[in-house]
Amino acid sequence: MPWLSTLMGVSVLGALGVTLVRNDKLAKQFTLVVSLIVLALTVAMAVQFSPNGDKFQFAETYDWIPAFGVHYGVAVDGIALVLILLSAILVPIVVLASWHDAEAGKRSVRTYFSLLLVLEAMMIGVFAATDVFLFYVFFEAMLIPMYFMIGSYGGAQRSYAAVKFLLYSLFGGLLMLVAVIALYSIAGKGTFMFPDLVGTIQDVTTQKWLFLGFFIAFAIKAPLWPFHTWLPDAAAQAPAGAAVLLVGVLDKVGTYGMLRFCLELFPDAAKFFTPLVITLSVIGIVYGAIVAIGQTDMKRLIAYTSVSHFGFIAMGVFAMTTSAGAGATLYMVNHGFSTGALFLIAGFLIYRRGSQFIADYGGVQKVAPVLAGTFLVAGLSSLSLPGLSTFVSEFMVLTGTYQRYVVPAVIATVGVILAAIYILWMYQRMMNGPTAESVKSLPDLNAREKWVVAPLVALLLVFGFYPKPLLDVINPAVKDTLSSVSVTDPQPAVPVAQEGQ
Amino acid sequence: MNGTIEAPTIEYALLAPLLVVFGAAIVGVLVEAFAPRYLRSAIHLPLTLLSLAGAFALAVWQALKGVPTKPAAMGAVAVDGPALFIWGTILILAFVSVLLIKDEEHFVGSAAAVPGSAEEEQALIERAAHTEVYPLLMFAVGGMLLFPAANDLLVAFVALEVMSLPLYLLCGLARRRRLLSQEAAVKYFLLGAFSSAFFLYGTALLYGFAGSVELARINLALGTVGGQDTLLYIGAALLGVGLLFKIGAAPFQAWKPDVYQGSPTPVTALMASGTLVAAFGALLRVFWVGLGGLDWDWRPVLYGVAILTMVVGAILAITQTDIKRMLAYSSVAHGGFLLIGVIATGHTQAENTSALSGLLFYLVAYGFTTVGAFAVVTMVRDAGGEAWHLSRWAGLGKRSPLLAGVFAFFLLAFAGIPLTSGFFGKYAIFQAAVDNGATPLVIIGVVASAVAAFFYVRVIVLMFFSDPAADGPSVVLPSRGTAAVVGVAALATVVLGVYPQPVLDLAHTAAQSLFVR
Repeated sequence: MPWLSTLMGVSVLGALGVTLVRNDKLAKQFTLVVSLIVLALTVAMAVQFSPNGDKFQFAETYDWIPAFGVHYGVAVDGIALVLILLSAILVPIVVLASWHDAEAGKRSVRTYFSLLLVLEAMMIGVFAATDVFLFYVFFEAMLIPMYFMIGSYGGAQRSYAAVKFLLYSLFGGLLMLVAVIALYSIAGKGTFMFPDLVGTIQDVTTQKWLFLGFFIAFAIKAPLWPFHTWLPDAAAQAPAGAAVLLVGVLDKVGTYGMLRFCLELFPDAAKFFTPLVITLSVIGIVYGAIVAIGQTDMKRLIAYTSVSHFGFIAMGVFAMTTSAGAGATLYMVNHGFSTGALFLIAGFLIYRRGSQFIADYGGVQKVAPVLAGTFLVAGLSSLSLPGLSTFVSEFMVLTGTYQRYVVPAVIATVGVILAAIYILWMYQRMMNGPTAESVKSLPDLNAREKWVVAPLVALLLVFGFYPKPLLDVINPAVKDTLSSVSVTDPQPAVPVAQEGQ
Repeated sequence: MNGTIEAPTIEYALLAPLLVVFGAAIVGVLVEAFAPRYLRSAIHLPLTLLSLAGAFALAVWQALKGVPTKPAAMGAVAVDGPALFIWGTILILAFVSVLLIKDEEHFVGSAAAVPGSAEEEQALIERAAHTEVYPLLMFAVGGMLLFPAANDLLVAFVALEVMSLPLYLLCGLARRRRLLSQEAAVKYFLLGAFSSAFFLYGTALLYGFAGSVELARINLALGTVGGQDTLLYIGAALLGVGLLFKIGAAPFQAWKPDVYQGSPTPVTALMASGTLVAAFGALLRVFWVGLGGLDWDWRPVLYGVAILTMVVGAILAITQTDIKRMLAYSSVAHGGFLLIGVIATGHTQAENTSALSGLLFYLVAYGFTTVGAFAVVTMVRDAGGEAWHLSRWAGLGKRSPLLAGVFAFFLLAFAGIPLTSGFFGKYAIFQAAVDNGATPLVIIGVVASAVAAFFYVRVIVLMFFSDPAADGPSVVLPSRGTAAVVGVAALATVVLGVYPQPVLDLAHTAAQSLFVR
C-alpha cells in the first residue's frame, strides 16, 4: 500500500472537502475527522516499520519531470518516521485547540481549517521526500499556507510578522535552490534522488559552498542564532494553533535538513564547519534563554525558549555521536510536544483574558487549577525535569556532545539552569501569588481543552519514562547517517552513564 | 552581370501563418473602409479570432510536418524550431488578449478629440468606437511573428516597425485617463523611434563590416574580415541597444512603466506578453546566430545588463504604488531573468539547447501569467475606471475572495514559488546558467527574486490581511471573454507548475536543432 501518498492524499482531499462544506461547525468536525484518519493511518504505518530493515521503507518512486531528473520519491527512515508521527499527532490536537480561534477576526473559518490540512500534507511530504528537488518544493510551498494562517488569523502585528516570516524563509530557500541546482550539475547523475546523490560530491571546496547553501536555509528555518529574529515575531503573532505547528513542526524541517542533507551529502564540509555550528548553537542556547527571561509577552517568551532548544538540537546534530544524534532527533519530537503544550495553554489563557502579557496575570492557580497545573507540567518539561520526556533527549545531547566537545557541552549546561529561571519565574508571576483582579472570574479548562492537553501531557510522561520505542526507531537511522559521514563514536576515557533510561 | 534577375523563390506554405495574420489585418482595414459602423465589430471579432486560430493551426501543422533546415524566402525568414514555438506562443497569447480587447469599453470613442472636450462627450453619446483596434492589433501580431523569425537585419527592422507602429497607436486609445494614455503613446513613439534608429544604424554599420545584412553571412564575416573592428563593435552595440530597448532591459527600461500604465489594459497585456516573447526571440537570433562568433565580446556586456536589469526592476518595483507600474517593473525584472538564459550558452549544442528550451519555457509560463494578471486588473474598478492605486486593493480578499485568490496565485507565480509555472521557468534558466558556469549570475538572480518576492507579497498582504476601505472598488462581473482569459491563465499557471513535462518536451524538441543559419 502506498502509505505516504495515501497520507498526503487524504489530507489534500480533506482540505478540498472542507472548502466545500457550507457550515462552519460541520467544517471543523470534518477537519477533526480527517486529521484523526491521517493519524490512524500514520500509526498503522508506523507499526509496520521495521527498525532494523531497509534504511528507507514504504518507498514510492515515480518520474515527475524527467527533463530535470526530478522524481516523486517518498520514503521514510526512522528519523523521518518519528517526525511524521509528531506532525500527525499535533494536527488533530491543534484542530481541537483552534476550535474558536478563527472566529475572532470575522474571517473564513473554513479557509483556516483547509489551510491546516494543506499544511499537514506538506509537512508529511517534506519529511518523506527522498528526492532533493521534491524536498525543496515542499520546503518552499509549505510557507504559503503558514503565511496565510499568520497573516489572516494572527494578532495585531500579523501582516508584519507574516511578511517577515515569508521573506526570511524564502531568502534562505532561494540560496538553497542555487545549491540544489549546483548539486545536480556537479554530481552529473541526471537525477535528484537522494540515495543516488550521497557521496557524489568529492571535492571539499565544492562541498563547502554547497553545504553553506543548504545550511543557511536550514539555519534560518530552525532557527539558529543569529538567524532567529523572525521567529519571536511570527510565533507571537500567529494564532496559538499555527504557532504550535510553526515551532513544533515547520522549524524541525531545518534541523531535520541539517541531519539528513548537510551531513550525508557534504560530510567533509560538515566536519569542517562543525566548530562554527557548535559555536552558533551554544550562543543560541545561552542567548535564547537569557532573552527569554527578559520577555514580558508569554508567546515571545516561549518562542525564545525554542531558540535555546534549537541550539541544543543543532549541537546534537553536529556533535556527530550516536548518542547526540539520536538525542537531537528525540529532542525534535519531544520539543514539539512540550512547546506545543505551552503554546496551546498560553493560547487558552490569552483567549480568556485577551492579553499576551505576563504582567496581566497573577494567581491563576487558585481560580483555574487544572489550567495552571498542566501549564506547570508543560513548563517543567520545557526545562527538562527528569521524568519528563525532554530530559531524556537533553541528557543524551549533552552527554553525546561531551564525548567530543567538552567545553561547549559544559557551557550548554548553563542553558538548563537558565531554563529553570525563565519557566519557573514566568509560572510564579502568572500562576502564584495573590489572584489579580482581572483574572478573578477566569474559568478553568473546559472539556474540549482538557482533551487537547491530556494527550500531550500523557505523551510527555510516557516518553519521559519509556523512550525506548522511539529510540529503537531512531537509533539505526542515526547510526546509518553517521556511518555515511564516516565518523565513529570516540571511546570515552571514563565510562559514561547509561543513557536513554 | 548579364542583366537578368532571377525570380525569388518564396515558400508560401512555410510562411502561411504569417500570411494569414497579415491577410486578416488587410481584410480588417477593408472592413473598416466599407462595412457600416454597426456591423464592424461583429465582423472584426470572428475574423480576428478565426485567423489567429487558423495561423496557429498552420504553425502546428508545419511543426508536425517537420521543421525545415534552411531559411525560407531566399534566406530572409527562418522558420525553424524555435521560431515555430515562438509563433505558437505569440498566437495563443494574442488570441487570449483579443478576448480581453473584445470588451470595447476599454477604448476611447474618438481618439482625436481633446480630452475633456465637447467632441469627446459627443463621441461617447454617439457610442462611437475605434473598431480599427482589431486590424491594428493584427498588424502588430504579424510583426511580432516576423521579428523573431527574421533572418536578416533588414527584415528584422521591417518587422520591428510593423510590430511597433500599431502598438504606438493602440497605447493612446484608453478610454479613461486620456492624458496618461496620450502621454504613454507619445513617449513610447519617441523612444521607440530612437531605438529603431539605433537598430537601423547598427544594421548599416554591420553591412559596412560584413557586406551583407544576412545574419549567417555576418557571422561568417566575423572570422574572415579583418581590420574593420570599429564598424563591427559599434554596429553590434547599436543593434543591441535597439533590441534591449524592446525587451525593456536596464538602462533602457524607462518607457515601460509609463507605457504599461497609460495603455488600455488589454493592450498592456498583449505588449507585456507578446512583444516580450517576440523581442526575446529576435534578440536570441541576432546574438546567437548573427554575432555568435563574437560572444566573447558581448557576453560581459550582457552579463552587466542582466544584473542591472534584475536589480533595477526588483528595487524600483518596491517603490511603486500603482498596480500597473508595479507589474511593469516586475516585467523588467523578469526580462533580466530571461537575459540570464541568453547568456547561458556553452560549448556544445546540448548545452545551448538546454538554455534555449529553458528560455522558451519561461516565455510561455510568464506570458500566460502576465495576461492573466492584467485581465484581473481590468476587473477591479471604481467610479473612475480601473482602480490602479494599490491602496484601493486593500481588503479585496474579503470582498471577492475568488478573484483575489487567483491574483495572489499569479503573484506567487511571478515570485517563483514552487508548484506554480514561474518556479519551473526560473529553475530551467538557472539550471542552464549553472551548467554553463554563470553561477554568480544565478546568485544575483535569486537575491533579486527574493527582493521581488517582497513587492508581490505586499500586494497579497493588502488584499488579504488589510481591512477593506469603505468606498473601495468593486469587482465587475467579468464578461465571458475576460472570465475565460483569467481561467485559461490560471489553468496554465497551475498545470505548468505541477506537470510541466509536456511543455518542457515541446520546448526541448523545438530547441533541439537550435536556429537555422
